[in-house]
Amino acid sequence: MHKEAAIREPLILGHKTYHDITEDVCKPIEDKAPRMWYILFGIALVIGLYGVGCILYLLGTGVGVWGLNKTIGWAWDITNFVWWVGIGHAGTLISAVLLLFRQKWRMAINRSAEAMTIFAVFMAGLFPLIHMGRLWLGYWVLPLPNQFGSLWVNFNSPLLWDVFAISTYLSVSLVFWYIGLIPDFATIRDRAKKPVSKKMYSILSFGWSGRAKHWNRFELISVVLAGLATPLVFSVHSIVSFDFATSIIPGWHTTIFPPYFVAGAVFSGFAMVQTLMLVIRKAMKLEAYIHTKHVEYMNIVIMVTGSIVGTAYITELFVSWYSGVEYEAYAFFNRATGPYWWAYAAMMTCNVVSPQLMWIRKLRRSLIFTFVISIVVNIGMWFERYVIIVSSIHRDYLPSSWSMHYPSHIDIGVYLGTIGLFFVFFLLFARYFPVLALNELKTILKSSGESYKNGDAEVHPKPKPLAGSSLVIEAEVETKEKTSEISTEDSNSTNPAGELLAIVGNSSADSKNDLKVIKGIGPKLEDTLNSIGIWSYDQLAKMSKNEYSLLDGLIGKFAGKPEKDDWANQAKELMNTNNQ
Amino acid sequence: MADRILYAMYDDEEILKDGAKMLVAKGVKVEEVFSPFPIHGIDPIIGIEQTRLGIFSFIYGMIGLTLATTGMWFFMIYDWPMNIGGKPSFSYLENMMSFIPITFEFTVLCAAHGMAITYLIANRTLPGMKSQNPDPRTTDDKFVMECRTSQNTQFSADELEKMMKSTGIIELEQKDI
Repeated sequence: MHKEAAIREPLILGHKTYHDITEDVCKPIEDKAPRMWYILFGIALVIGLYGVGCILYLLGTGVGVWGLNKTIGWAWDITNFVWWVGIGHAGTLISAVLLLFRQKWRMAINRSAEAMTIFAVFMAGLFPLIHMGRLWLGYWVLPLPNQFGSLWVNFNSPLLWDVFAISTYLSVSLVFWYIGLIPDFATIRDRAKKPVSKKMYSILSFGWSGRAKHWNRFELISVVLAGLATPLVFSVHSIVSFDFATSIIPGWHTTIFPPYFVAGAVFSGFAMVQTLMLVIRKAMKLEAYIHTKHVEYMNIVIMVTGSIVGTAYITELFVSWYSGVEYEAYAFFNRATGPYWWAYAAMMTCNVVSPQLMWIRKLRRSLIFTFVISIVVNIGMWFERYVIIVSSIHRDYLPSSWSMHYPSHIDIGVYLGTIGLFFVFFLLFARYFPVLALNELKTILKSSGESYKNGDAEVHPKPKPLAGSSLVIEAEVETKEKTSEISTEDSNSTNPAGELLAIVGNSSADSKNDLKVIKGIGPKLEDTLNSIGIWSYDQLAKMSKNEYSLLDGLIGKFAGKPEKDDWANQAKELMNTNNQ
Repeated sequence: MADRILYAMYDDEEILKDGAKMLVAKGVKVEEVFSPFPIHGIDPIIGIEQTRLGIFSFIYGMIGLTLATTGMWFFMIYDWPMNIGGKPSFSYLENMMSFIPITFEFTVLCAAHGMAITYLIANRTLPGMKSQNPDPRTTDDKFVMECRTSQNTQFSADELEKMMKSTGIIELEQKDI
């Protein structure tokens, strides 16, 4: 089992058992949805449908309904695309990168963060698709043999790289997410009472049975997929940044784009996770699993990535001046002081100043403050993309074609619509899917659960006597017989304490050592040991496997501890240091 | 020979592990363990080997890499070379820089999906499959160990039962097949 330092804050608060975890996560799915859910779902659906209407109007009329002009050929569509892809970075980062780093706190948030990722990438994918204008010719981006004399797609183009990157990212994230979901669906299936939901969840769970071999494969595939998804998640936003960085437009032609876009993506993704998780934990009563410590960890990630983004902004400014290229310098000067100064100022305050507040422990542990900052960061990151895209192209080389971008109501409608659709998907997810990786959480319960850490619950419980359960076909073997069977294996004596002392030697309170120095012995256990007759390091040092098992029988719920913490060796070391 | 399956249920994974150790030490073959989550350390006890899925994934990745490379060589260099921004279009090696992103993405795509499909098939977990866990509680908080008499012919069914009962079980179910 995974061991965790005692001073670390527990990840699961209160006294939870395995069954409690199942119960807490499945309850919201099995119960009737609260009124609030229907209200939110209704609002999201209306906004989403309005967006769909705008998209249909756009497809029927043409891309001309967007507020673009011949100078600004790319604006809200690509801004929204990059914004959504960026948000979609947190999920895989949490589930893949944090898995490779063995960060156990990810388990409480990875499921919903991944769901968020997938829905965000859906929304992102919409923009290039509708940008094609003729959606039904979308398959032309694939290298298919065709009637134009086999004219292939251009593999030199970053836009095509994007097609491959986004679709790979979407499908791999989906698979990664679903493989983790299968065992949890099985849990819901086995609890389901209504025939319809039983049927649905048994289809969704693919007949998962929890065999040891399957879990063995499960653990491996999780690690390997995480290993594959980690470079993938970094590559995706790098490739998105190539859309700009490989062009020769001043303000876009920047070699630091890939790392800076990735940091920005993680930054905005974590902000969105915070926004959603803070609501979910309250609404679904999951405060014991997602608590201040989780929020603090995420805030630290926001702080770090926010600082990277801030550094990148300033580096960009410096390099534009230092490069000596006047067009480059002007692009940045215009960005900060030109007609789009307000967007630049919004970006700078939201993305550079606000994450720095997280250095203060009190603030990063405050849930309300976190919620506000998470929304501020998302607004800031939208403006970042808007600033980069629009402010770089609205004043090009020819002053007579300088222009401003004014979004049309279709621009705004499509954007709002994607937010609505995103929440439609997310609310459906929260209603029908387990929002926590419940079976994964059970693996950390004993190492990171509060009641296990402070010793209220036993990590290694003693088997309870077998009750006369009806399922036992022949209950001839009495529990008493059984215990005597076990103890005869260990010793032939009826008095284990006496036998133990016969081996390790007698001692008394006079030669008392401070046993609490030994790792694993607290004041309570020390009293128990003293009452058995163990007072000194000398006695403990003589113990080995056989004595440990005798001792286990005497110290009740602490059984197993002596061997686990290797008291004999610890005692020997203490004796050595005392003698020196 | 008629086979009898014994399902011993435990309410803690540590007790199951101790029990499995004890049984295996006595020479019992533990056929299967059903648990709601992976029990770390159970595999060597009941003799489950490390899966070879990782090797498969590598092979799929290599297939993806080969496909992407030959595909892009064919499309861009052999079949229809195009002059795009003056990039070298008659040599794969010279033009390779632009092909790296897609080569990478396609490798990951094949490795991940190939592995996922292999995983599902190897597990026999596919849409519409029936679940095989002996008790619905094994996906919640109970752990079940399965032994078969046909694999433990050196013991009688009663002996096997007695041994299993002494390992701290909470329930025992038997099924003749």
